[in-house]
Amino acid sequence: MDKSQNNRAWFLVLPVLVLVAFSAVIPLMTVVNYSVQDTFGNNAFFWAGLEWFEEIITSERIHAALGRQVLFTAIILAIQVPLGIFVALHMPKKGFWASLCLILMAMPLLIPFNVVGTIWQIFGRVDIGLLGRVLTALGFDYNYTSDWLDAWATVIVMDVWHWTSLVALLCYAGLQSIPEAYYQAAKIDQASRWAVFRHIELPKMRGVLLIAVLLRFMDSFMIYTEPFVVTGGGPGNATTFLSIDLVKMAIGQFDLGPAAAFSIIYFLVILLISWVFYTVMTNLDRETK
Amino acid sequence: MEWMAWTMPTAAFFGTIAALLLVMTLLAIFRPEVPRRGILTIETTRGDRLFITLLGSAFICLGWLFFFGAPLWGALICCLIYAAAVFRWV
Repeated sequence: MDKSQNNRAWFLVLPVLVLVAFSAVIPLMTVVNYSVQDTFGNNAFFWAGLEWFEEIITSERIHAALGRQVLFTAIILAIQVPLGIFVALHMPKKGFWASLCLILMAMPLLIPFNVVGTIWQIFGRVDIGLLGRVLTALGFDYNYTSDWLDAWATVIVMDVWHWTSLVALLCYAGLQSIPEAYYQAAKIDQASRWAVFRHIELPKMRGVLLIAVLLRFMDSFMIYTEPFVVTGGGPGNATTFLSIDLVKMAIGQFDLGPAAAFSIIYFLVILLISWVFYTVMTNLDRETK
Repeated sequence: MEWMAWTMPTAAFFGTIAALLLVMTLLAIFRPEVPRRGILTIETTRGDRLFITLLGSAFICLGWLFFFGAPLWGALICCLIYAAAVFRWV
């Protein structure tokens, strides 16, 4: 059905717009202003034009950090999404155990990021940490402070521990909304377990799964606190992801111009991928209605 | 406003975007439209097409900087062609 939209309702959003302008738009504009200038402090700026953008876009250091970030996000999504679905499928549907499972699943999500980092920083230490001591006792040469593979494994396992619950809880909510009649119909048709999953559960979870993938993509692509607390970006630059590199540049080196250009490119990449996800999500919803 | 470190080019940049948003708002009020489906097969309004144009233009400029460096006049021409194509076919 074709009908025109009344856009006057947007005026009701004005108060929120003012708040967002104060907390996000004006700071973002300032970052854009910084990105074309150079400063040595004292609020004195010198015009630099597109120099910082050229420097950042051709910088091998940034390319390496972007490569690590993409790899990290890909691994995180490849583990957390199937694992979250698997956990959700095996959670009890009602009763005491369902409540207990929900509480246990929600617990990692309630822990602040820097606390998660600290827990894993200590947990993985080979001198006092339980994980580090056990792995060493089992004969593994594990040390996340000196071996890049151990550092990556620690950061990935930590993120999986922290965030798989979110995917599982979202999938669980999707599964709970499937009427019992669907399962009964599948039983009458003698559908296999795989067929039930492929043709009933997965399509019904599609909406929440897209939200889960979008949230996990954005969070893992912007991850900072946990790996910074555990590895500090090391050993060497092995776990220096984009945001860690950005903070090093902006605060460690006080290169505000290049850091601002870096921030804008970083923001554009996240904006693009989030928009693609959002568009796919809303169009899939429309098609299913 | 001194703390925001304004420059003329960035002020002109944001001024242009603000003017575009204002034009879009006025068009939405006085010439309401119906969303349409273009070559991307997604429903878009004028505002969506403006967003796609601005986001795509940013990446065209970054790509130009990567391959050819400053200045961006060539990229600007590409962006205008891209904008016309988005508003015509998307």
